[in-house]
Amino acid sequence: MSVGTSASLATVEEGIPTARERRKAGRTTRIRGSRPGFWAYAILGTVFLSAVFPLYWSFIIGSGDSTTLRKPFPWVPGGNFIDNALSVITNPAVNFWPALWNSIYSSFLIAAAVVITSTLAGWAFAKLRFHGGPALLVFVVATMAVPQQLGVVPLYILFSELGWTGQIGAIIIPALTSAFGVFWMTQYLRQAVPDELIEAARVDGASMIRTFWTVGVTAARPAAAMLFLFTFVGAWNNFFWPFIVLDRQNPTLPVALSLLQSNYFVDYSIVLAGVILATIPLLLLFIFAGKQLVSGIMAGAVKG
Amino acid sequence: MSFSQKLSKWDIKFSPYLYISPFFLMFAVVGLFPIGYTAVISFMDWDLVRNSGEFVGFDQYVWILSQPHFWTALRNTFSIFLLSSVPQLILAIFIAAVLDRHIRAKTFWRMSVLVPYVVAPIAVGLIFNAMFADQSGFINGILQAIGLSAVPWHVEPLWSHVAIATMVNYRWTGYNTLILLAAMQAVNRDYYEAATVDGAGPVRQFFAITMPSLKPTLIFVIITSTIGGLQIFDEPRVFDQFGRGGAAQQWLTITLYLYDIGWGQWNFGRAAAMAWILFIIILLIGLVNLVVTRSLVRDEGLHRELTRRQERKLAKTAKQSVKEDQR
Repeated sequence: MSVGTSASLATVEEGIPTARERRKAGRTTRIRGSRPGFWAYAILGTVFLSAVFPLYWSFIIGSGDSTTLRKPFPWVPGGNFIDNALSVITNPAVNFWPALWNSIYSSFLIAAAVVITSTLAGWAFAKLRFHGGPALLVFVVATMAVPQQLGVVPLYILFSELGWTGQIGAIIIPALTSAFGVFWMTQYLRQAVPDELIEAARVDGASMIRTFWTVGVTAARPAAAMLFLFTFVGAWNNFFWPFIVLDRQNPTLPVALSLLQSNYFVDYSIVLAGVILATIPLLLLFIFAGKQLVSGIMAGAVKG
Repeated sequence: MSFSQKLSKWDIKFSPYLYISPFFLMFAVVGLFPIGYTAVISFMDWDLVRNSGEFVGFDQYVWILSQPHFWTALRNTFSIFLLSSVPQLILAIFIAAVLDRHIRAKTFWRMSVLVPYVVAPIAVGLIFNAMFADQSGFINGILQAIGLSAVPWHVEPLWSHVAIATMVNYRWTGYNTLILLAAMQAVNRDYYEAATVDGAGPVRQFFAITMPSLKPTLIFVIITSTIGGLQIFDEPRVFDQFGRGGAAQQWLTITLYLYDIGWGQWNFGRAAAMAWILFIIILLIGLVNLVVTRSLVRDEGLHRELTRRQERKLAKTAKQSVKEDQR
């Protein structure tokens, strides 16, 4: 952004001899280039508050007691968050620690597997010529429009035949590959690696796998990191399929959260303490990797 | 031909297939097979005990289409989808246009719009369900504080749709904002300069330059939010503690209904038919979206035939020739 804008500003400045044109150019820079005023920041501030407020609000309720919802809204946290969080953690119906552990390692395995399979396939589609390649890539992209619901009945039958319902493997296995991931890596590698580089490696006598390893994997790293992040967040937040195939003893965090509310009596301070507890890991991830997540979305959009 | 040459030739010929095979093997087992098998099951009266079925033709489809619940669910899904995607896209374009300007601390603002994206839909559902509580909720509290009457969020169908759409908007507006922002930044800034010289104001520039340039991205965003919106499950599932779409199916959606048929009533034949009906609806709406978006957003004269550098160079020489003419 900044590169493009400053370059065009430079061209404007070079070509303005008269005061009238300078005024016009001033208008240009005011519209697109100059620092926007109060209203832009007021709008962004409002957006920021509406993004953060629901989380803050649930922390307030989650740190109060069961009457907090009925009182006038307190605005400052109460002192009960630890107690409420403990009653979520120790509630035998929720299975909090197994759920947390299941979410962590299943999301990690899924993201790692998607990155590996997508990088391999993306490299082949982007940089290797083979019979049927373009058609297969179109096929991969087309499958992205297929809803998850179209596969759940046979998958459930399959996993119950295998005796895997209730096992965390039943949510890992179907998620090991991703059509989006293949598309993402193909798009990235296509423009990130010049063909000359591959030819040079081939002329030097490198095998295909060696070329992939030295040239492909090295070039793919930034895109692979982003794909890992997106897949991790997606797997962590996924609900529909885990809710169907996992049982109450061995849930993931979203499944455990949904159980919190299904009791006959709903105590929102405990439900929302659980929500905050389950959201903290991903918020931490976001604080460390949010910049990459943002640039990943922006990069994917330009190329996609 | 020596052995190593032969080996190298084989390497070139078969390596690509080797590299794509993990994806396609997995996809065949957990993607392709289930899709096909869903079609087979949808023509059967599935027996859970024997785990096999009896062929019944289109009976399951006929059964679903004759259920009043299905039509309620269809109406609800569309209502929630429209209430979420339309305001969400308008908001996203608006926020992206603000972010597209030379703001300070732009990384901070970009990150802040993305915060809701990492919050699980179930968590968003639980938070907003509590905020929208009919008796004691924060939203009704505010409405009453400013002199309005409390809204029956969990009773009236339309209000429940508004509440659920709010959850969807909360989670996805920032994500779409960033996608649209990326598209805006790819627009050649020279267009805006030229438009300013021609006397077009910011609003006119937005509709004449920015919007047409956003077209491919808008189509992408609309299609993906359609696919996602028509499958909505998580948020309505936790909108009350029973998870069945409300006492009078006020917020029963197609996927909630599918779940209930499959894992509430344990009828897999009907659930499979329901899944295919959902898929056909998504395809149809996707096509309609494509046609409508194409005709609504014009793109005259904005096909990029030159690279950005070429465009910039041309603009520069044009400006210089104008300058020389004036001398």
